[in-house]
Amino acid sequence: MDYLKAFVVGGIICVIGQILIDKTKLTSARILVLFVVCGCILGGLGWYQKLVEFAGAGASVPLFGFGNTLARGVMSEIDEAGVMGIFTGGLKAASGGITVAIVSAFVMACIFDPKEK
Amino acid sequence: MPKDITKEQYSDMVKKASPDSPVITNCIKAFFVGGIICTIGQLITNCCRIFGLSMEQSSNYTSIILVITASVLTGLGLYSKLGKFAGAGSIVPITGFSNSVTAPAIEFKKEGFILGLGAKIFIVAGPVILYGVLTSIAVGIVYYILS
Amino acid sequence: MAKHRGKQSMEFERSIAIVSASATVGTKEGEGPLREYFDVILTDNLCGQESWEKAESKIASDNLKLCINKAGLKPEDISYVVTGDLLNQCCGSTFGVRSLKIPFFGVFGACSTMGEAMGLSSVLIESGGAKYVLCGASSHFASAEKQFRFPMDLGTQRTPTATWTVTGDGAVLLAEKDEGPYIRRITTGKIMDMGITDANNMGAAMAPAAADAIYQHLSDFNFKPDHYDVIATGDLGYVGRELLIELLKNKGIDISKNHIDCGIEIFDRELQDTHSGGSGCACSAVTFSGMLYNKLRHKKIDRLLFVPTGALMSPTSVQQGESIAGIAHCVGIEN
Repeated sequence: MDYLKAFVVGGIICVIGQILIDKTKLTSARILVLFVVCGCILGGLGWYQKLVEFAGAGASVPLFGFGNTLARGVMSEIDEAGVMGIFTGGLKAASGGITVAIVSAFVMACIFDPKEK
Repeated sequence: MPKDITKEQYSDMVKKASPDSPVITNCIKAFFVGGIICTIGQLITNCCRIFGLSMEQSSNYTSIILVITASVLTGLGLYSKLGKFAGAGSIVPITGFSNSVTAPAIEFKKEGFILGLGAKIFIVAGPVILYGVLTSIAVGIVYYILS
Repeated sequence: MAKHRGKQSMEFERSIAIVSASATVGTKEGEGPLREYFDVILTDNLCGQESWEKAESKIASDNLKLCINKAGLKPEDISYVVTGDLLNQCCGSTFGVRSLKIPFFGVFGACSTMGEAMGLSSVLIESGGAKYVLCGASSHFASAEKQFRFPMDLGTQRTPTATWTVTGDGAVLLAEKDEGPYIRRITTGKIMDMGITDANNMGAAMAPAAADAIYQHLSDFNFKPDHYDVIATGDLGYVGRELLIELLKNKGIDISKNHIDCGIEIFDRELQDTHSGGSGCACSAVTFSGMLYNKLRHKKIDRLLFVPTGALMSPTSVQQGESIAGIAHCVGIEN
């Protein structure tokens, strides 16, 4: 059942992105920014976490989830460390994803050359 | 001689002559590919749970595994083929973020490791991180005031 | 001496002949409908080089040498080389002609470069100050994508109005000779800007320039559209062609029967998934040096109006919200 929920919710979120791309001519870079910012706001409101609890990876894998992670990181850090958490919480929570992304990008760049489409 | 066409008139002509993107087919493709990527994510999460990891850790491992997989597929030149087919279906998941970091890193390495690879690695991911962090700070400030 | 005609045109007195032409293309173009016309079809679009930019220069260099060889000449026989490309500061051409040791004029007209180069080269010959002038234009799909759009490996979709930059180099050698085809007249285009800002719809940005240049050419010389067997625009693609025909109809000119577009000719839209068609400096350059020159030589076409079209912009100007300006140059070629 969690697989079906993940599939449907994840698919629907991607369709939102596709409609934005086709209807507004937004480039993929803008879509990524928009999704993270929206996810962060929805996360701050506490709404997105409810979707994550319902759909699991269907909500956490799309970039909304990345924004949600930033927001939740900030909020839980504030609970623990006070005002300093505003600055440290976000990236701390997202650090794993970002670090792995840049390290593996670096390794791939060392191994591979660009390929024509 | 007839009057010259104005920019507004021309803009209408262009709209008429330019075919629209096939939104419906694109959406179906995006739905399936995006859904499948999320389902794979769910599978990884569930496996982590079986090994006794917490929900937090499981979802971290899920992100990391997806990010590395997408990065390798990008290096092999396969992710751009997936992207051509799936559109937002492979842009919106975290794998798309990974692709947007690895693709410029590979493309710009010929311009050197510092100003080429090093600087250009963030051409797409940079704005994502910047505006994500800015929003999270705004969220944090509001949360701090309210709590 | 050349005569100034009408508003924007020039008619030549000397017999400025196209003595040889050569076209080198990449793998995708080599699978397209025009493959039999090309001199060289690459098997590797990197050409054994380490970057796309170096590959483009290598293609240009080899193709220019081929063009000289085909005329039975050596680089030292050539008075001037006039070439251009899409890369920043025309580096594709610079490093392409570096080893030739021929006096060099670098030109930029975006994808209209071949028309600009042929026009200026004709003027050089007409002036009597040059014997053989080599002109050409090059582009490379990957180097253009890298400079103007996104990295190769980024997973994005192309819109239906997007065009595919042609990989290759087209070159022609001009001299005063008694064997045609001859460049008889040119019309130099004005910059036309109808406010298009979508960098994925170049055809729409360039169609007004093509319409203006063709209209001006026909009226400067008092020609009817059927004076020419073929009117070949550069890289308007399917979207741009439709707009061009409509814009000219609005001025009372119908070219729908004898118009072709190099960007439409060079690829098979369905089989090769190239959306609106081909583009880039090499699009019109290789289609001319390959197919159109061949047909002129074999008298399948006697009168050709060659109208390369260019979209003038840079990544910076687009990011700053500038619209995309168009330009087109007419070159009248007859047997």
